[in-house]
Amino acid sequence: MRVRPAPRGQSWTAAAMLSPTMVVLALVVLYPLVAAMRESFYESGQRLDADGFVVEGEWFAGLANYAGVVEQRFMNAAFNTTLFTVVTVALEVVLGVAMALVMRRAFRGRAFLRASILIPWAVPTAVAGLMWKWIFQADGVANTLLGTDILWTADGPWAKLAVVIADTWKTAPFVGLLVLAGLQIIPSDVYEAAKVDGSTPWQTFWRITLPLVRPALLVAVLFRLMDALRVFDLPYVLVGPRKQSVETLSGLIWDEATRVHYGPASAYGTALFCYIAVIAFVFVKLLGADLLSDVRSRRREARDVA
Amino acid sequence: MWRRAGMIGIALYCLVPFYWMVVSSFRRTADIHDKSPLPAPWSLESYDAVFAADMGFGRSLVNSLVVAGTTTAVTLLIGTMAAYALARLAFRGKNVILALVIAVSMFPGALLIVPLLELFTTIGWINTYQAMIVPSMSFALPLTIWNLTTFFRQLPYELEQAAMIDGCTAFAAFRRVMLPLAAPGVFTTAILAFIATWNEFIIAVTMVNDQSRQTATVRIAQFTGAAKFDTPFGTQMAAGVLVTIPLVSRCCSSSAASSQG
Repeated sequence: MRVRPAPRGQSWTAAAMLSPTMVVLALVVLYPLVAAMRESFYESGQRLDADGFVVEGEWFAGLANYAGVVEQRFMNAAFNTTLFTVVTVALEVVLGVAMALVMRRAFRGRAFLRASILIPWAVPTAVAGLMWKWIFQADGVANTLLGTDILWTADGPWAKLAVVIADTWKTAPFVGLLVLAGLQIIPSDVYEAAKVDGSTPWQTFWRITLPLVRPALLVAVLFRLMDALRVFDLPYVLVGPRKQSVETLSGLIWDEATRVHYGPASAYGTALFCYIAVIAFVFVKLLGADLLSDVRSRRREARDVA
Repeated sequence: MWRRAGMIGIALYCLVPFYWMVVSSFRRTADIHDKSPLPAPWSLESYDAVFAADMGFGRSLVNSLVVAGTTTAVTLLIGTMAAYALARLAFRGKNVILALVIAVSMFPGALLIVPLLELFTTIGWINTYQAMIVPSMSFALPLTIWNLTTFFRQLPYELEQAAMIDGCTAFAAFRRVMLPLAAPGVFTTAILAFIATWNEFIIAVTMVNDQSRQTATVRIAQFTGAAKFDTPFGTQMAAGVLVTIPLVSRCCSSSAASSQG
């Protein structure tokens, strides 16, 4: 009974109901996108005109703003962003799947487990950053437990690890919840059949669980990829702004924008936008044709589980 | 046996860092570096310090409440209508709009803030609430529409058909019949949108530099101690606990409600 003839009047109602949303999205997403792309080809400030007068204004600059893209600071930020994304998403997938497998079997204490798994997700990222900064102090509890004297939050290689740990802590449980939602729709007779056929737990996991949970996992990975590629607040709070070892593309764009270098900021922003769009496109093309409908149902399931 | 170890492992993973923040917030400043599992003695010194007038923390909580509350209210108002149209009405281009809404939710905030910062500087919006509320819709609105679209899809069609047979227009069916039925879904979505806006950082740190307008997440990150390089960790941990507790209790209660339902 889901297919109904479309009364002509409904299009008008739909248009009326959607128009406020469209206006707002045009204002807060479309306008900034177009403005940033335009701005990335323009330069503003003061220059001398033909008669030697100082004029203030804006002029076409070609690709001048994009010059920074090949320079060390942008490359470093792009490298950091990519490294964080690859490492944290990989860790979160492994931990998230493991958590989901444990939680699927948990009956006693399930409510407690659900409540505790929501804590890392509910803690604001800025607060999580401060919390890990405290844990990672030179004389903090991490160094005490490990018996080391590592300067985790100083600008250096250890800072990268500190950010990875903090991010993984915060988001692996979220991946776990999304995967758990996928696990719960696998019918139990599939597992019984595998058992009858003498499948080992290892084989069952690789041959049955993983392929069947793949759609849920792909959606979780897509969400995480998009989030990780634009990460800003965690490195900002945990290590600090303008720190070479953890500066991400978002951090670089923010820094340029707040120093009123709108041209380069827009150029870097456009580059980040293209980077994210390409990754999302490749991901959807390579891995899931039916992602759109999956995203829709997964969110719902994840919320039901939570 | 393994199952129990796994469950304990997950609980420890999620709770231990948070536990350390809570414990540290109850230590005195003098023994903030203690590593004992419980504070000895317990102290509310850090909580007193958080609410000292010059910290501006109380004010920042009010600011967060205004920004997150207004954003949630406005997105619900317009997002509910959009979600209903996408879930229940027949019209062309529906899938394009849905795809657009997901695409928007994956937008990098850093790109949006550049032209908006420039615009808000020109029109004098820097250090205002609306400079945080308006950009926050860019992520709150897609989130609201997504959640409510899936929710509306699951409600039975018979009710609004009956309403329309009785002479209701599509909009009246939405307002009189569907909206009351959707109340639980709208409530859950409101919580999610509120949490997302409450936790927002990059917009708030960019559009506001006046301490009296900063939201809580930004204010805590900028707490300074007596000396310039002396980070007041006890105070930050206490503030962190205070900012997190309402969110944790809200999502635990909504989790309890949804597992009953």
